[in-house]
Amino acid sequence: MTDAAALLASKRPDLSRARINRRYAAEKRFRLYGLIAIGAAMLMLAILLSTIVAKGYSAFLQTHIALDVTFDQSVIDPEGTRNPQTLARADYRGISREAVRDTFPEVTGRRDTRNLYKLFSTDLEFEVMRMVLADPALIGTTKRVWVKSAADIDMLSKGYINRDLPQADRRVNDQALGWYDKLDAEGRVSRLFNTTFFTTADSREPEQAGILGALVGSALTLLVTLVIVFPVGVSAAVYLEEFAPKNKWTDLIEVNINNLAAVPSIVFGLLGLAVFLNFFGLPRSAPLVGGLVLALMTLPTIIIAGRSALKAVPPSIREAALGVGASHMQTVTHHVLPLAMPGMLTGTIIGMAQALGETAPLLMIGMVAFIVDIPGSITDAATVLPVQIYLWADAPERAFVERTSAAILVLLAFLIAMNLAAILLRKKFERRW
Amino acid sequence: MNTLLLIIALLAMTTLAYHVGRKRALASVGGNGHLLHSLPSYHGAYVALWCILPAAIIVFFWLSSENAIINSMMVSSLSLEQQDLSTAEINLILSEIRNIASGAIRSTNIDETKLALADRYGELQFLSTAGLIVVTMGIGAMGLLYSRRFIAPRFRARRWVERMVMGLLIACSIIAILTTIGIVLSLLFEASRFFTKVSPIEFLFGLHWSPQTALRADQVGSTGAFGAVPVFAGTLLITIIAMIVAVPIGLLSAIYMAEYATPHFRSVVKPLLEILAGVPTVVYGFFAALTVGPFIRDLGESVGLNVASESALAAGLVMGIMIIPFVSSLSDDVINAVPQSLRDGAFAMGATKSETIRQIIIPAALPGIVGSILLAVSRAIGETMIVVMAAGLSANFTANPFEAVTTVTVQIVTLLVGDQEFDSAKTLAAFALGLILFIVTLILNVIALTVVRKYREKYD
Repeated sequence: MTDAAALLASKRPDLSRARINRRYAAEKRFRLYGLIAIGAAMLMLAILLSTIVAKGYSAFLQTHIALDVTFDQSVIDPEGTRNPQTLARADYRGISREAVRDTFPEVTGRRDTRNLYKLFSTDLEFEVMRMVLADPALIGTTKRVWVKSAADIDMLSKGYINRDLPQADRRVNDQALGWYDKLDAEGRVSRLFNTTFFTTADSREPEQAGILGALVGSALTLLVTLVIVFPVGVSAAVYLEEFAPKNKWTDLIEVNINNLAAVPSIVFGLLGLAVFLNFFGLPRSAPLVGGLVLALMTLPTIIIAGRSALKAVPPSIREAALGVGASHMQTVTHHVLPLAMPGMLTGTIIGMAQALGETAPLLMIGMVAFIVDIPGSITDAATVLPVQIYLWADAPERAFVERTSAAILVLLAFLIAMNLAAILLRKKFERRW
Repeated sequence: MNTLLLIIALLAMTTLAYHVGRKRALASVGGNGHLLHSLPSYHGAYVALWCILPAAIIVFFWLSSENAIINSMMVSSLSLEQQDLSTAEINLILSEIRNIASGAIRSTNIDETKLALADRYGELQFLSTAGLIVVTMGIGAMGLLYSRRFIAPRFRARRWVERMVMGLLIACSIIAILTTIGIVLSLLFEASRFFTKVSPIEFLFGLHWSPQTALRADQVGSTGAFGAVPVFAGTLLITIIAMIVAVPIGLLSAIYMAEYATPHFRSVVKPLLEILAGVPTVVYGFFAALTVGPFIRDLGESVGLNVASESALAAGLVMGIMIIPFVSSLSDDVINAVPQSLRDGAFAMGATKSETIRQIIIPAALPGIVGSILLAVSRAIGETMIVVMAAGLSANFTANPFEAVTTVTVQIVTLLVGDQEFDSAKTLAAFALGLILFIVTLILNVIALTVVRKYREKYD
């Protein structure tokens, strides 16, 4: 019998082994495709984040130059009253320029001195003024202070300007290069933490541009959004999940909410422009309108999250409450809603994170204006962080590239913090029934 | 600022109303709370709701119509020849008057009539604010006094409060519907104004797009052509590129995550993939414009291709990266919803895992997968910032991914950012494009959501 089988096998070669090998190879290949796909996605994420970090981290430092400033009593405060108004009106341009000239005694001639001033930020005189206002004891002394360099010098110091290029192709000419090298050799150049970036609003000069204005604008806008969307979203979720009868109307509302969640954000911007600005005549560029538009945009997200949080509360809780004589409304407000609240808050935070990163609808309602003031109320003209990023990304100066990336890093930090808060909240209050 | 104070005052009055209601309910039964039909706090809430609701409605309507009414009153007090000017010019005059009134313009040589108008504007605003405060607080107080009379031991305060709260809940759910109606009406209204200037046939089928209308008759190169086909074609091209990137990567990762990955692997990779969806689109736009665009251009140059630095390829590629998580997470859900019995059946027949996936699971999950891809397409069509920053503005009618093309969303943004006059075809064209965008994405969404819902029901 076995002989016969062996004979048969030798006559007809057994193909099944090869077939199985082929099938297993196909299996391995298929698995590999999956891994490659995930790897590709991860690689793209890594490239995206690493290029932004690589471009942006240098913006957190700003090149400063040491100047020996003589805070001359007779110029700043001749009467010695130390009255802040007198102090603010003094000739700081003269004082600061004198300090610059003293640093380079060899430079003479009008054109050369004017070029010399260009090593420094145009903010120089105001920097000196702020120093005096912050510490009037400086008056009458001579002190070495660190002041911001101009953006081009900052770029040179950070190595973004190629010295080997011919002078005409460089933003910094040979003369300035010589002065910079001299300062550097004397130890008068240092890269310090860029506080300006976090304390000012937008500016045409990169070294004076900051994100505080945009941050405040974002905060005001999100505040409006939150105040509107949280109560409305929670109420709508409660009604649809707990009270609504099953009929055509509630079906319509449900389909409508699902569709609204997938409407392109820019359409909400068009709505805001046509309704809030043109019809109701609300102010352009204001966080009030931005917040309203973003509230309408995030509303479906929050309703959907709220409903699933309510769904997760087991029916036994409701039955127990009803059983001891609570009304339907009492059951919901006293028992179901508190249990669903962590889930609703998680959904709200995620919705807020979405609103914080949104740009397109805000372009429609005029939040792209160039705004140098920090907004003080929800009706002031303002911009928000993503729009600030969009504006800076368009600016031609090299120094704005690193500032754009740095602003992106700040935005991402806020988003990560919000999402982490959502995850922690979920972890802490998650209940398995 | 005044509004904030008003709201605080109103809230204070509401708190007062609550206490009045509560006290009165308790007093009506001599402090024996158990004799009341409803808890004292419900009586309080009843009075409080009567105090705040009518007042809040008044505040809402007052504030939303205040500007329009003041403006029309200002227009009627302008001189007759000024009233005959175009809306844009009248608006200019009004905004100048507003600026004078608010002190933003402090020039000494403002002419007398404007100063008088500015005074009148300030007066009207003051009247409006004062009127709002008086009327609101009056209505609040009236509501308080009116509802206070009802309080009695047998009064069913809880039922009334619950009814009112239910009304509020319903009103909140209707806001979602109002939003949709608002979108449809505003788009239709502005688009219909556009279609009175440009025929819909020309808009939908014209091959030339150049929306810059001439300011002067003799200006060169501003014909004002509104044939949107090149814009639609550009959108389609970029969407196709994005889907070529996103569908294979998203689908394969979803399959791997659903069928092969260990729970540990899944718990690490899934959040990482979701980061891709959480990155703001403006960041992708920056990445596309400053990193991917130049990279592709240099790559093209090195092999002798002429690639525009704002090529459709760069925008599409980056958009594809953004779309990956949408495809993968939806497909992942869909694949997980395929019943285990189907897999077990295939394994029992001796199929390998990949054979099961390819021949059983994918066909079974196909409707759901198609639904998720449709949702991703709608997301890609409506995506704005990536294309605004990385795609071009010129409407080339081409299928060459190395050239610059423009999209519907880019055109909406360029037409509406900056100065707008709401009687020019240029500005209104943005709303017509928006209408098309809304309709197309709505159709895609409805199909996708229905398909996915049907599919879920099949296996539930």
